[in-house]
Amino acid sequence: MSYDLLTFIWFVLLGALLVGYAILDGFDLGVGILHPFIAKDDRERRLVMNSIGPLWDGNEVWLVTFGGALFAAFPVAYATVFSSFYLAFFLLLTCLIGRAVSLEFRSKVHSAAWRKVWDIGFFLSSFTAAFLLGVAGGNIMSGMELGPKYVYEGGLLSQVYWYPLLVGCLTVSLFALHGAIYLYLKTEHELQARVRRAISPLFYTFALLYVFVSLATWWHVPHATENIASYPVLWIVPALNALAVLNIPRAMHLGKPGYAFFTSSMVIAALATLFSVAIYPNFMLSTIDLSYSVTLENARSSVGTLQTMLIIAVIGIPCVLSYTVIIYWIFRGKVTLDKNSY
Amino acid sequence: MDVEILSRLQFAGTIMFHYLFPPLSIGLGLQLFLCELAYFRTRNPAWEAAARFWTRVFAVNFAMGVATGIVMEFEFGTNWAAYSRFVGDVFGSALAAEGIFAFFLESGFLAVLVFGWDRVGPRMHLFSTLMVFLGSMFSAVWIVIANSWQQTPAGYHIVWQDVQGELIPRAEVTSFWGMVFNPSSVDRLTHTLIGAFVLGAFFVASVCSYYLLKNKHQEVAKRCLSIALPTAMAFTLLAAITGHDSAKKLVETQPAKLAAMEAHFHTSDEPTGLTLFGWPDAESETIHFGVTVPYLLSLMVYNDPTKPVPAMDQIPEDERPPVWLPFQTFHLMVGLGTMMIGVAALACLFWYRGIYGQSRWLMWAIVFMPVAAMTANQAGWITAEVGRQPWIVYPSVQDGVEMMGLRTADGLSESVTAEQVLSSIILFGIIYSMLFAVWVFVLNNKIQHGPESAEELTEYKRNLESDSMSKNFARSGKLLGGDMMDEGTR
Ligand code: HDD
Ligand code: HEM
Ligand code: HEM
Repeated sequence: MSYDLLTFIWFVLLGALLVGYAILDGFDLGVGILHPFIAKDDRERRLVMNSIGPLWDGNEVWLVTFGGALFAAFPVAYATVFSSFYLAFFLLLTCLIGRAVSLEFRSKVHSAAWRKVWDIGFFLSSFTAAFLLGVAGGNIMSGMELGPKYVYEGGLLSQVYWYPLLVGCLTVSLFALHGAIYLYLKTEHELQARVRRAISPLFYTFALLYVFVSLATWWHVPHATENIASYPVLWIVPALNALAVLNIPRAMHLGKPGYAFFTSSMVIAALATLFSVAIYPNFMLSTIDLSYSVTLENARSSVGTLQTMLIIAVIGIPCVLSYTVIIYWIFRGKVTLDKNSY
Repeated sequence: MDVEILSRLQFAGTIMFHYLFPPLSIGLGLQLFLCELAYFRTRNPAWEAAARFWTRVFAVNFAMGVATGIVMEFEFGTNWAAYSRFVGDVFGSALAAEGIFAFFLESGFLAVLVFGWDRVGPRMHLFSTLMVFLGSMFSAVWIVIANSWQQTPAGYHIVWQDVQGELIPRAEVTSFWGMVFNPSSVDRLTHTLIGAFVLGAFFVASVCSYYLLKNKHQEVAKRCLSIALPTAMAFTLLAAITGHDSAKKLVETQPAKLAAMEAHFHTSDEPTGLTLFGWPDAESETIHFGVTVPYLLSLMVYNDPTKPVPAMDQIPEDERPPVWLPFQTFHLMVGLGTMMIGVAALACLFWYRGIYGQSRWLMWAIVFMPVAAMTANQAGWITAEVGRQPWIVYPSVQDGVEMMGLRTADGLSESVTAEQVLSSIILFGIIYSMLFAVWVFVLNNKIQHGPESAEELTEYKRNLESDSMSKNFARSGKLLGGDMMDEGTR
């Protein structure tokens, strides 16, 4: 297999890991964002948390594996991106830690104050994590102040301006919507009815932001549309994306929540694909000088490593998919509480 | 303070904090699996109560391992960007393999292990426990391989890459298996895993001895002790044996580390003695208050009491690691290891004579053994990692060709400033202290609450069954298990 093909395959595989992460952990984060607003009493809070109880850890592994695979396949991109987002990523880590321990510790002690603290922790960490992921995406999308030899010259402050913040809002609203549909599938009765009432406003918020971000990207990030312009077939992606967005309220209206969940997953997948198409063939575009950018070509590992990794992936992915399916199957159906729950 | 010191401090702090949890997960995983296997074969509800109890403890610990592990994975990129570019081709595949082979396995089946007790049959549950245990071992495998490669690199060559007109070196894999089976990986991996098993065995033994001392949960405690004490005995012995093997290898692969561990400053033609304890002083190259056994180091390293061992003076001055810290931590580890062998042997002896339950002092000693095991684990890593300085990737010889290494000072992220590192250290210092307090609190809660008795468990399961029969009438979120359900005690 040629070096360039291998490189491309790895770019696609990384995209797939990112899509997997965004779809799966997306609903976990969404559930966390909705948690204080949807659940009214302690029992409902526990139901909401346990709806993702057995699953969130496995979902987070998609991010861990994405990190590992990026390190292996494109070490330069891993090093540059991660060190550029130094403080942002430490905040993200704080949130991921916060979410893990909030879930784990909340129901361990019978004290209203104790539980309140972890409820707040669960909400704040989920919300901020979703937001930061969007902010990082927005920065990558629009390019960053990368100097010679891959040394980032900006700081935290040059990463917070209107465009990434807007993208951050988009991810929050998208994950909240996705999480709401998931919760609708997992709950019953009054709780479910409350979730149902939240879905429409969430949808309109998301749709509005979706339009804003699309326009903003068009205006602020001209290179984003270049790839699409040079390969007109790619217009299918945004077109399908728009259709998928519209399909969410339709599916809910038809009383097919499973279908709606599938659709919102597809919206996430399409957005992530659009993101990948837009940045290709760069990982990080330098706004100082184009030749400083981190590209697929200057970031990749040796042929040997890419090949070995591909073998590892070919062996590993079917295993991963099969036990992911088994576990989702075991924990299918409405959420209930028992002695083992959070 | 400069970025280098801060980044090293940060890495050391975060990894040592992470390493509080994995060895307990690995070690407890083994004990849990053995308990559940015993339940599977005897169908005795006391074994099931034990397995359910250890699962709850395991879950709390595991969550902490997960939370702190992600930090590690990001930190290579955030703080050690130059290092990541240098080793990415080699190191990255180990990390990615860890994700694919280990973490998915662990986290997936963990769900069944923790939440599946009342959802899947005993066979599937036992299988899940085994998978979680294997998964936690796999993650140790890959990460220790990666670490061993940076100690004793193999299976690679250096390629000079043109980056905007300047040539920058990086390591590229020439042989994957050569990289995986580098000279130290097998030894260090077995020793690390055994260190984790020691901790797990003593942890179980400690909690159970505590119950015996307090006259609680006798039945479960005795059963678990019958597994934990013999395994503790076996693994402490194995720790000494495999540790000795690791030390012997160092003479060829990392003589500077060995010299530092033994505070061996001057080479001579005389046989080398072993310093049992003392206060090494690198400035004056002497050991104060030292007690040395003649011939012993030569004997241990070469199996020949007369052959001298090379000392620190053979190492160029700017390539010498610190001496005091590796010396003390190494001696601490070995001292604790020896002590644990003694304690475990005594406990086993008393156990088989049937007088363990009467000797309160021995039970109290066992109660505190996990602290010793944890300290030995941490001390071992400090020895290994500080003894590696000033190299982040050791220089090595491949097929007779000398390969360059990478100095720790050259591995940093160029774009990260001291203030940034300092602020993240403070942030994480606060978060980690709080986490640690909460973890101790919750763990203590779990232990004080203890396992259910066999009768309670049988009762709970009967309620569960009648609930599921009337499930069609039940409201969503009804607490299964009836009044027995003590909410949120998992
Ligand atoms: C319960 C834990 C435990 C116990 C009882 C021991 N060790 Fe250990 N030791 C470890 C846990 C550990 C470890 C944490 O697993 C290390 C750190 C790095 C590594 O590979 O394993 C380690 C490292 C380590 C190294 C450094 C390896 C290297 O850097 O390449 C040596 C030479 C020894 N050990 C030797 C011993 C000896 C002679 C022991 C005699 C009793 C001993 N250890 C007991
Ligand atoms: C197996 C996976 C590990 C890897 C890949 C790894 C890698 C590293 C790296 C990159 C550094 C920073 C650079 C340096 O100071 O040399 C470091 C330092 C350090 N690590 Fe490790 N480490 C691992 C495990 C551990 C564990 C489990 C511990 C302790 C419990 C530990 C203790 C330390 C200490 C104390 C330092 C600071 C040494 C110094 O700067 O003087 N390491 N390690
Ligand atoms: C610097 C190196 C290290 C990195 C990058 C790292 C990374 C991680 C990550 C990302 C997780 C969470 C996985 C999940 O989400 O399920 C984790 C957990 C774990 N790590 Fe580490 N780790 C390091 C050092 C070590 C060492 C030295 C060991 C053992 C020898 C180890 C063993 C484990 C185990 C068994 C778990 C499962 C969780 C637990 O047991 O608490 N790790 N690690």
